[in-house]
Amino acid sequence: MAMEYSEKVMEHFAHPHNVGVMEDANGVGEVGNAKCGDIMRMYLKVNDDEIIEDVKFQTFGCASAIATSSIATDMIKGKPLSEALTLTNQAVVESLDGLPAVKIHCSVLAEQAVKAAVADYYKRKGLPYESPCDLCEEGCCGHSHGEDA
Amino acid sequence: MFVYVDNAATTAMSKAAIDAMTPAMHELYGNPSSLHQKGREANMALIGARETVAKCLNAEAREIYFTGCGTEADNWAITEGARLGAAAGKKHIISDTIEHHAVLHTLARLEKEGFEVTYLPVHEDGRVRLEELEAALRPDTCLVTIMYANNEIGTIQPIREIGALCRAKGVLFHTDAVQAVGHIPVDVVADNIDMLSLSGHKFHAPKGVGALYCKKSVPIRNFIEGGAQERGRRGGTEALPGILAMAAAMQESCEHLEENMAKVTAMRDRLIAGLGQIPCSRCNGSPDHKVPGIVSFCFEGIEGESLLLRLDLAGICASSGSACTSGSLDPSHVLLALGMPHEIAHGSLRLSLCEYNTMEQMEYILEKVPEVVRTLRQMSPVWTHMLENMEDPYLAVAQ
Repeated sequence: MAMEYSEKVMEHFAHPHNVGVMEDANGVGEVGNAKCGDIMRMYLKVNDDEIIEDVKFQTFGCASAIATSSIATDMIKGKPLSEALTLTNQAVVESLDGLPAVKIHCSVLAEQAVKAAVADYYKRKGLPYESPCDLCEEGCCGHSHGEDA
Repeated sequence: MFVYVDNAATTAMSKAAIDAMTPAMHELYGNPSSLHQKGREANMALIGARETVAKCLNAEAREIYFTGCGTEADNWAITEGARLGAAAGKKHIISDTIEHHAVLHTLARLEKEGFEVTYLPVHEDGRVRLEELEAALRPDTCLVTIMYANNEIGTIQPIREIGALCRAKGVLFHTDAVQAVGHIPVDVVADNIDMLSLSGHKFHAPKGVGALYCKKSVPIRNFIEGGAQERGRRGGTEALPGILAMAAAMQESCEHLEENMAKVTAMRDRLIAGLGQIPCSRCNGSPDHKVPGIVSFCFEGIEGESLLLRLDLAGICASSGSACTSGSLDPSHVLLALGMPHEIAHGSLRLSLCEYNTMEQMEYILEKVPEVVRTLRQMSPVWTHMLENMEDPYLAVAQ
């Protein structure tokens, strides 16, 4: 049976926001692995007031992986880091008017990409921060572990 | 432009099929099992359809059993082939790793029931090797089931030779010919086939009708219990509209086989040559042994579902063996069986053509696919990582 994507998902997939590489990023996070078919790389430019001035992403993955990355960047752009860290995958799903059940892991990946980029920013600053996902050895793939997705 | 190149998934119905089906819905509503005139009329039509299908395969009419789909024919042939073997104390089956799930899942069920199945590996070209089949044959082997042509990569297996080997060894041979019938010559006698499954909607008949060819000397039992239809072997009132349409579509396909093959092959070769120009791409399957209509490519650094949906936005209907299109975690078992790494198999694209397509459409595809691949690569971290270790192939092309 074909999966149904919402109009919002298709809009972000066809015309993603904030795509690209950021050369002067001060926080970069990459999650997922190519074996599973999704990789997200998030670039942050955080200013001295800990506000995310700019954000860019690159994603290898399906339409929903691209759409969740795109909307996640919209949701954290111009926000303080503390607020970006409260981003949840549920909020990403809601902003996209829902995702098919088998695609929920893409929203988890988007949340984790943001958190990994923030973690990288803290690491570069020499500040303590807990890794967003310690479960995966090869990098988080957003899939639930030990069960079929 | 709108381009439908997913004919290995299903085809548009032909005018011949619709014309054959329409009277079956208007006037030929009788049950072929009824003795009255309406029944006899329907039965005559059914007899004619069976003869047509048999003739296209070089079989006898009594060797053709109509089914609900190709999957049913596969289930039936394999389950019954196994049962016949078990009755003779033989419980070993040989197949291969790139079969359709209709075959693989039936075999998995038989394994749970105590049968042993050897899955022959395929080589990089997607073909099994005769010597490997020969080495796998055992005294207790009761059935060999190997597909005629693969649905994802189009590779044709050495069916005639496999059939000859099986016959020499006295082993029953079934082939899933769903992607072959109507597209390339299939002759059950010359090809030494004992059982063959086919599906109507792959050659312009409607969905919901298929057939099993079973050599008359093979005493298969019925799979679906019921009335005396299909000579007692397949219960259920015959789906006459679909059967008549399938016979008409099959006849038309067989009559125009050579010209269709030439036309489709020319379009396919144009696509392969054009898509091969895309940097870091590869054409999957055997370059020499393949059906005219199936083109399978992998593009490194991108994922297939995105490619597919971007092409859909451009009016091109294709398919992909990526995990995301199936909702599972693993990409196509066929591409993995060719020895392809997961990360590359995720970026697969299948374009499957038929005689309704045009060269103009191929040119449109060759304009759109490279464009979409490049766009997706520009947003892919995998591609960016690849560029760290190589010169940007797009710069080389531009120079």
